[in-house]
Amino acid sequence: MALLRVEDVQTGYGEMQVLRGVSLTVAQDEIVSIVGPNGAGKSTVMKLVFGLLKPWEGRVTFDGRDISGMAPEKLVRLGLSYVPQVDNVFPTLTVEENLEMGGFTRTGSLQEHKERVYELFPRLAERRRQRAGKMSGGERQMVAMGRALMLDPKLLMLDEPSAGLAPLLVDMIFEKVVDINKAGVAVLMVEQNAKKSLQLADRGYVLATGQNQVDGKGSELLSDPEVARLYLGG
Amino acid sequence: MRLRPGERFQRVIGSPIAMYVVLGLVLVALVIAAQVKGLSGNLLFSLFVRGVLLGGTLALGAVGVTLVFAVLKMANFAHGDLMTLGAYLGLIVVALLPKGAPLAPFSFGYEFLVAFLLVVPLVGLVAFGLDRVAFRPLRARRAQPIMFAMAALGLAFGIRSLVYIFWGADFTFYYSGRARPAVELFAGVRVRPDQLFILGLAVVLIVGVYLLLERTKIGKAMRATADNPDLARVSGIDTGRVILWTWLIGGGLAAAGGMLYGLDVQLRPEMGWWLLLPLFASVILGTIGNAYGAMAGAFVIGIVWQMSSAFINPAYGHGIAFLVMVLVLLVRPEGLFGKRR
Repeated sequence: MALLRVEDVQTGYGEMQVLRGVSLTVAQDEIVSIVGPNGAGKSTVMKLVFGLLKPWEGRVTFDGRDISGMAPEKLVRLGLSYVPQVDNVFPTLTVEENLEMGGFTRTGSLQEHKERVYELFPRLAERRRQRAGKMSGGERQMVAMGRALMLDPKLLMLDEPSAGLAPLLVDMIFEKVVDINKAGVAVLMVEQNAKKSLQLADRGYVLATGQNQVDGKGSELLSDPEVARLYLGG
Repeated sequence: MRLRPGERFQRVIGSPIAMYVVLGLVLVALVIAAQVKGLSGNLLFSLFVRGVLLGGTLALGAVGVTLVFAVLKMANFAHGDLMTLGAYLGLIVVALLPKGAPLAPFSFGYEFLVAFLLVVPLVGLVAFGLDRVAFRPLRARRAQPIMFAMAALGLAFGIRSLVYIFWGADFTFYYSGRARPAVELFAGVRVRPDQLFILGLAVVLIVGVYLLLERTKIGKAMRATADNPDLARVSGIDTGRVILWTWLIGGGLAAAGGMLYGLDVQLRPEMGWWLLLPLFASVILGTIGNAYGAMAGAFVIGIVWQMSSAFINPAYGHGIAFLVMVLVLLVRPEGLFGKRR
């Protein structure tokens, strides 16, 4: 059964329609990647699922429950977690405090959860007292992902996790995504870096002009010459 | 990167170190000017101590202004009048309680302490209530900043008018007619014991704010919300609770500052309104939204204000605070602790 189901959704900002009928599903153990050209509406899908935009048409369900337009602070309690593309850390807070904020809704001790994040990103353990705003782009991305993992989400949503990172770091971040997924967290991500993200994704969706164009197994999309020519830049 | 001389000059005078140097030079200039005018070093040092005392009270107000700005992105022009409200609510409690003897060496009795403990949380709640009535509806409508400013000004006038109605326009004291002798602290510096109490309590409260912001969950959530409100929501932080605590702390500290100012000087219906300018000067000097910056700024403003009175009529104190604010806005609008864009 699908964990997340987006059904034929239309939405936009103000008068401007961005999504013109998008459908997708994410199963419990999957990594799903949304790729496509700039302005296709990739990030808008993320904002829609995370309640930052309300659907004009269609609906979103999570774990069989209608969550269309539900407020983000409620969604985190259901097991969704979201890492925005930019401004995804609290810059004046330390690494440790950033993680604590990720676990805000939890009442008990956060120690165990913090340790798990530090295990995943040993770099952060070394710098737990550092202010997040003073860290490099790659480290900030780790803080952002760590923050999002503090509530044991069922689904982790990543908006362009590799944006602006050096190639070596991109590989590292993608490896971590696979690790997170192996630990039992479904992942939905949006990526500019289509080739790399489709390589590790179980399934992919190609989005253009606010609509699904093609979907299928990650590897199949990659080897489809039509997809490559039209959407992945050759 | 190559810079034109003008740009380089602007960089240099805009750096935080340059700001400290300028503040240091101002102090040195004051001392030299005092020598030239033949003022005694003692007088100047006394004024410095008085400035520190004033800074402590200002800091209590400035923290609230800057926290409200950080969390809600609005300038609360009613903050000074929350200080007035606190001072006068304290007066009610002091008047209602049976009079006790002064707690020597201080001029006040137990009534003042009881009033303080009652009024501080009360004004915190009042501030939150006013937010519910005046500001929350504006936030829900995503109103322009000017609407928030107007609403805040309306509240400020409203509170002041209430004080006029109940207490009249005259100044008053917590303990009318009670002598408040000054004692020699050291080297000819004379202060009233009350003032040491005021500074001590202000420092305790400031340390309390620091611990709250750094160590408690809600304090960290307040800093997180100030940093990035969208990410705070996405992280599941309860923004309603953050707003509640922001007003409780801001309003409570305003009341504390108002009562302490009233104890030190006098109670007047315009006291808070007149403190608003130095409050904003402190907040801007210490970088808008930075709680520790606001505290540091308050001490700087307090000291400069008091020391300037050695040379010019003390009535120009506000002019001095205003001058500092204008200079900061011209040279380094992001304040002492801000980041250059």
